[in-house]
Amino acid sequence: MRITCPICGERDRREFYYVGDAVALERPDADAPPEAWHGYIHLRDNPCGVTRDLWYHEQGCAAWLVVTRNTATHEVLGVALASDEKGEAR
Amino acid sequence: MVELAPKSPLAGLVPVTVGRMTLTEVDLGRLTSVAPYRGRDEGLSEALKAAHGIAAPEPGRVTGRVAARASGRDEACAIWFGQRMFLLAGADPDPALAQYAALSDQSDGWACARIQGRGATQVLARLTPIDLRPAAFRRGHTARTELQHMAASITRLGEDDYLILVFRALAGTLVQDVRQAMQGVAARGGG
Ligand SMILES: [Zn+2]
Repeated sequence: MRITCPICGERDRREFYYVGDAVALERPDADAPPEAWHGYIHLRDNPCGVTRDLWYHEQGCAAWLVVTRNTATHEVLGVALASDEKGEAR
Repeated sequence: MVELAPKSPLAGLVPVTVGRMTLTEVDLGRLTSVAPYRGRDEGLSEALKAAHGIAAPEPGRVTGRVAARASGRDEACAIWFGQRMFLLAGADPDPALAQYAALSDQSDGWACARIQGRGATQVLARLTPIDLRPAAFRRGHTARTELQHMAASITRLGEDDYLILVFRALAGTLVQDVRQAMQGVAARGGG
């Protein structure tokens, strides 16, 4: 498996650290209802197909990445900088 | 009063010579990581040019003459060092740079080595997953990547000539791993 870092180019999977579902970028507001926080912290889908994950280019440029991939085919469909996906907010 | 003698990170560990390949220590002088503040990149590059005569490097690139610096020439160069960061080597950073970027002295933090000689590319190919073919990784190209299991900065200085930086605490491991790979390449007639 290879991931094309938007900064470094195509790199081997071993340079990256898998963080988890990109839902981590959708942090609820501090005063959001408990259900929102429960979903954010505990509830995850287990998709057969396209999913969005956070990865960290730990042994490379140290960028946080959003990787869109297919869990059934292992195809990597897209990679974006988390800072671009999330903008400057928070 | 105790007199402390400065000791370089690779003192006593190098040089290592195997076949035609050598691993030596490089003195890059003062090392400063430079991380531009948002929206300050252009001002930083201008200030860097004015103070040190070099532009800020693009990702995966260097500015200034890194090979000359690595050979002991007293001049500044800059090595891209990660997302929104580069390493200024061989100069005391001009205070004006601090308006544009976070500056951090890293001088004692890195072991700086150079591997040269026929076979050096094959040695690195055993240790790092990046594409070292000349079309993909040219002279003046640099990468943050893995060297064996260490986080490293690798810069190509020539056809079989590379600058390698790892954390100072890993100096012994660096020499051990590179020496072993050098011996492997030489044993197969590659060095
Ligand atoms: Zn990267």
